Amino acid sequence: MTAALVVQDVSLSFQGVRALTSLSFAVEQGEICALIGPNGAGKSSLLNVINGVYRADSGDIIVDDRPFLYPTPARAARIGIGRTFQNNALFRRMSVIDNVLTGLTRQGKASFLELALRIGRYSAEQRVERAQAEDILAFLDISAHRDAIVGQLPYGLQKRVELARALVALPKLLLLDEPMAGMNKNEKAELSQFIADVNRQLGTTIVLIEHDIGVVMGLSHHVVVLDYGRKVGDGTPEEVRRNPDVIAAYLGTKH
Amino acid sequence: MSASKLAGAVHFGATLSHGPLLSVRRAAILIALIAVYGVIPILGNDYWLNSLIIPTIVMGLAGLGLNLLMGYAGLMSLGSAAFMATGAFATFNLLLRLPFLPLPVVLLLSGLIAGLGGLIFGLPSLRIRGFYLSAPTLGAQFFLTWLFQTYHWFSNNSMSLVISAPRLEIFGYDLSSSRGRYLLVAVTAGFLLLLAHAIIRSRIGRDWMAIRDMEVAASVTGVPIARRKLQAYVVSSVFLGIAGALWAFAYLGTADSNTFSLDKSFQVLFIVLIGGSASLFGNFIGAAFIVLTPIVLDILVPVLGLDNYIDQGSIANIEPIIFGALIIFLLIKEPDGLASLFSRTIRALSIWPLRR
Repeated sequence: MTAALVVQDVSLSFQGVRALTSLSFAVEQGEICALIGPNGAGKSSLLNVINGVYRADSGDIIVDDRPFLYPTPARAARIGIGRTFQNNALFRRMSVIDNVLTGLTRQGKASFLELALRIGRYSAEQRVERAQAEDILAFLDISAHRDAIVGQLPYGLQKRVELARALVALPKLLLLDEPMAGMNKNEKAELSQFIADVNRQLGTTIVLIEHDIGVVMGLSHHVVVLDYGRKVGDGTPEEVRRNPDVIAAYLGTKH
Repeated sequence: MSASKLAGAVHFGATLSHGPLLSVRRAAILIALIAVYGVIPILGNDYWLNSLIIPTIVMGLAGLGLNLLMGYAGLMSLGSAAFMATGAFATFNLLLRLPFLPLPVVLLLSGLIAGLGGLIFGLPSLRIRGFYLSAPTLGAQFFLTWLFQTYHWFSNNSMSLVISAPRLEIFGYDLSSSRGRYLLVAVTAGFLLLLAHAIIRSRIGRDWMAIRDMEVAASVTGVPIARRKLQAYVVSSVFLGIAGALWAFAYLGTADSNTFSLDKSFQVLFIVLIGGSASLFGNFIGAAFIVLTPIVLDILVPVLGLDNYIDQGSIANIEPIIFGALIIFLLIKEPDGLASLFSRTIRALSIWPLRR
């Protein structure tokens, strides 16, 4: 097994405040890796570094054994990193299908004129895009809502639309920032199932941030624990659960 | 990895719903087509064509140009009239200096020249966001009108700096009658509407709306932000340029750079706001409002007997005040524009027979 993602000695600070300090860990191909830690531990910052929203002060991000140099969100998308956000970052005034189709924009080959005049590669491309988007909608069981305006959907469905948009281009690495925040138990169980299905059936490597320890333990193969921008635990859910540092930092003394 | 590995049923057929809304909409489009290309050219008299219909369509086209930029891509511009001016001066010079070019080619080239202007003045949008983008576009407004006023070459060294329409003809067919000019305007508008429709339904339009709704998410999703923003400025300016050429030569007959002052830019902006942001058809409703309201007020003042109480000079001042108040009223009552009112009405009509 090779590593899908290696975070090597990454440090990040905002105007002197350290968000991440010499952080290193590796995520194996095809695994679900959970990042946990108290609020402000640097989890979201780390995802932002991995897909180029932030630039690390030092250290390297290595994706598929290749260093990801000069990261920007656009380059991250190009090398196959998909991403969802902590607070839904959907295109609120667009329909579900249009949101998902946007995830395919990079693969489009037809030129501006071909699209504007509906000639050449336009129709073939349109057909392929549609089919891919419909596949993902069906996979995440939101086909019935394809024409709904995203901003008018309930929260749980919006989360799934965001997942669909990140998934439609079949990324190698999927970053999920608190996908289950604000969900009730049933919605969490449902989305966990979808995430497990994505991982198993599409072989997507997933790095996710989650606060619900029950969900984390059930879903992930690998857990990395952060506290104040440092790694305090790294291993299987069982190992992490027994690690005294982790218990002290995050889980509390008794659970 | 291929998408076909995905489990689950695929519902292609279910995408198209033939609800009552769609058929009513189709019928409405059909009626509009017959009216625009059949009834109006036959029945419209010179006054209706010259004073009401031609300016409405041309300003609707200008609104369409700005709406692609503002309503769809979420980018600001206060320089619409400058790009209209560019199109008008380009058309004048092309017809004058390259007389062998047929009119449609000239209009297209003029649009592209205006588009080049849009590209240049759109560059700041790569660094500046939101409301502050009005500054560089305001710069376009003042710079371009100054340019056409200062360098007399643009108006062929005419003393008055006025450009007047060379003979409008298409393949030998004279278009200078009001009916001819109407057909020129209506056919151009038809083509541009189709083009706009194709663009906003394509990947380009989706990317524009994604940038408008949330730029960070758009870039993470893979939208090429800089490229799309510049494309929005170019496409918008192409439309505005063609609209400007039609305004100068199919409507007014003559123009100078004052024709395309900041006032005109604001008019185009109001058309978008009143007609409805991110709507194609709404621009023409907004334009009708902008063109017709002053005329209606002109008629209403004597009908209501107001001219007995107020002198003529004050009436000329009061009309813009009423006009402005109406715009404010509309924006409060119908923030999504008249297009949304219109589509609600159509929806209500389409389910009306079922209500009983």
